[in-house]
Amino acid sequence: MDYVKLIVLGIVTLVAAIAANWARDLAYNVHALMIMVIAGAMFLWQLRQTDEPKRVVDTSGYMDGPVRAGVIATAFWGIAGFLVGTFIAFQLAFPELNFDWSEGYLNFGRLRPLHTSAVIFAFGGNALIATSLYVVQRTSGARLWGGNLAWFVFWGYNLFIVLAATGYLLGATQSKEYAEPEWYVDIWLTIVWVAYLAVFLGTIIKRKEPHIYVANWFYLAFIVTVAMLHVMNNLSLPVSIWGSRSVQVFAGVQDAMVQWWYGHNAVGFFLTAGFLGMMYYFVPKQAGRPIYSYKLSIIHFWALIFLYIWAGPHHLHYTALPDWASTLGMVFSIILWMPSWGGMINGLMTLEGAWDKIRTDPIIRMFVASLAFYGMSTFEGPMMSIRAVNSLSHYTDWTIGHVHSGALGWNGLITFGCLYFLTPKLWGRTQMHSVRAINLHFWLATVGIVLYAASMWVTGIMEGLMWREVDANGFLVNSFADTVSAKFPMYVVRGLGGILYLTGGLVMVWNMWMTIRAARPVTAQVPAE
Amino acid sequence: MSQNKKDDVTGVETTGHEWDGIEELNNPLPRWWLWTFYATIAWGVVYTILFPAWPLVNSATAGVLNWSTRGQVAERIAAVDEARAGIEARLVETDLAAIPEDEELHSYAVNAGAAVFRTHCSQCHGSGAQGAKGYPNLLDDAWLWGGARDEIAYTVRHGIRNEDDPDARYSQMPAFGDILADEEIATLVDHVQGMAQGGDPAAGPGGELYQANCAACHGETGAGMREVGAPNLTDAIWLYGGDTETLTETITNARFGVMPAWGLRLDEADVRAVATYVHQLGGGEETAPE
Repeated sequence: MDYVKLIVLGIVTLVAAIAANWARDLAYNVHALMIMVIAGAMFLWQLRQTDEPKRVVDTSGYMDGPVRAGVIATAFWGIAGFLVGTFIAFQLAFPELNFDWSEGYLNFGRLRPLHTSAVIFAFGGNALIATSLYVVQRTSGARLWGGNLAWFVFWGYNLFIVLAATGYLLGATQSKEYAEPEWYVDIWLTIVWVAYLAVFLGTIIKRKEPHIYVANWFYLAFIVTVAMLHVMNNLSLPVSIWGSRSVQVFAGVQDAMVQWWYGHNAVGFFLTAGFLGMMYYFVPKQAGRPIYSYKLSIIHFWALIFLYIWAGPHHLHYTALPDWASTLGMVFSIILWMPSWGGMINGLMTLEGAWDKIRTDPIIRMFVASLAFYGMSTFEGPMMSIRAVNSLSHYTDWTIGHVHSGALGWNGLITFGCLYFLTPKLWGRTQMHSVRAINLHFWLATVGIVLYAASMWVTGIMEGLMWREVDANGFLVNSFADTVSAKFPMYVVRGLGGILYLTGGLVMVWNMWMTIRAARPVTAQVPAE
Repeated sequence: MSQNKKDDVTGVETTGHEWDGIEELNNPLPRWWLWTFYATIAWGVVYTILFPAWPLVNSATAGVLNWSTRGQVAERIAAVDEARAGIEARLVETDLAAIPEDEELHSYAVNAGAAVFRTHCSQCHGSGAQGAKGYPNLLDDAWLWGGARDEIAYTVRHGIRNEDDPDARYSQMPAFGDILADEEIATLVDHVQGMAQGGDPAAGPGGELYQANCAACHGETGAGMREVGAPNLTDAIWLYGGDTETLTETITNARFGVMPAWGLRLDEADVRAVATYVHQLGGGEETAPE
């Protein structure tokens, strides 16, 4: 086995070296060198281990190593993503921050996909992987399937993030929103994702519980659907295997439709279904209360899964997309309203009999605020999908505000709550180092979100109205530049919201650091049937 | 089922399952939730009957209302066109110079022209028409090709130095880097800067170079020549910049500013409107000066 690993690592190192030599562009060159160094170092490490006595791993308990690593990675990428986001918010308010010396690397166009990928895929993705691996073990009563495959998932996924992020800065992008990475990065993610599915499904299959818990339905729907979306939207032909450029298989409006089928379901399955999986475990655990309604969880799960996948065309109202597709996208989005709210109801009503904890427990408060933002943005979304509303809101900052009330409010706050839940448990402490700091984080984040969302509502609706404003003879009243300059104050407010949110994140990292510093070794035992 | 245990706090039965200590209550679906869900589905069915929705083999259902996005925009454009038809016809028929005499028509032309300007011209000339490097300021009375209404309209209609319209205004300054030595260009730059401050166009070695190389287009006095779009060099108004570095660049490599032929994209009424608008910004001329 060791010799097989040595051969594989040796070949990878060699191929990466050749690729670096023949690379046709900078991003590909840097990536090939990175792979060469990583594979080479692993080769040397493996060589030193070969034929040495193996360290015995205790496999009786739950496998929490990758979960711990995932918790740290989530916090790390969260700070990175918030920092870039705050910076580009100020770049929009003060274009001088697109410095001449960093042009082509750190200008808004390069940093914007870095921000979105860092928060969605790096912060959100690591949170989903870490929590799903934690939850599936606890709710199945079984150790992770596949041994070190879970470690491969963690490191493989984070390598994907590093390749994607450095690629953006060096100009490798296929220009599809939220699917910017080029073909070889996509292939790597596909391999990692299949391994993730195998670990997750393998653990469910060897579960001791008779039924599969709701949280795992949602996690599984998220993993399976994201695999399908990722493969379909990234069908492309590389221009050369020694370069990062590729050509999409779909063209024109079909490409746009596939892109937004993917893009909307990245929201639907990555940021909604996956995070509902988190909600269904951590909210009842932290509240110490049963889930409100089993029936509701079944109905809203299947309705959500069925309806979400059709809603993508609402991103393409009033475009070359045929009207019938646009109508269906809008209709499915509106029918989706109640199934989305099912998750909010089940989460909030789970607190029945424990409402007092909102006052006493800042983690519960985070979960409740998160569900409130979830409810708000899943109402706002269907509303914005209505053609008439969309004709005002589309292409304006309202869309940006909508996305962020969901991302900062729902995804961000619930992730913070889960990190506060997991950190003490994974490092053998009874609670976080400072509960008051959690409370401070809650308020910083909440005020930050309110500043962000409110300023984007104002500026979005304002610019939408300015764009369409005509005088008595039907002539446009404003030039585009007029709308840009009118938005300036709101852009500054948005940036301030970002600073508050980032500060909250830093308070959390400090709190986690202090908690982990005083860690005690812990092995969580699998229940004995 | 009925032997399932009850939750102590709410008295609701649980489903009897338990995972890592988490139980589930057997609450029914909230009624308001269920009925709202049904209502959205019913609305969806009705809406997809009214509007284009269901894909068929080679087409899709058109909807009972026969509504389409293209139809909607065509209807709105038609309504506006109809309302404007009378005055637009007058705008096209009236002699440009005579437009100010008709107060209603002039006011319409200025407003229409302002909208055209904000949509199509402000990207280069600025939303306030203040211009930018390489794009003339339209607020002042310095004109490269002429500031009377019909001259402005001609420039808008045919553009400058583009390849789309054979009637585009055209001229090309030579790149003097191929003709003069570097020291001669430096002398010339110094001389031209002096002319902008009122210096004698013929004085000294710079004057000699100027008269030999530049005066054919920019004139012996430096007043420029509108037939070839040669700028006036005595007014200290610079299209690209009057500092030594920029002027050296201009004389060495020449400039070749291009403006699109808007007559290919705007209708005649819009061209006339925007010319009227630009004319009244501040520097419009009633007739071309002799």
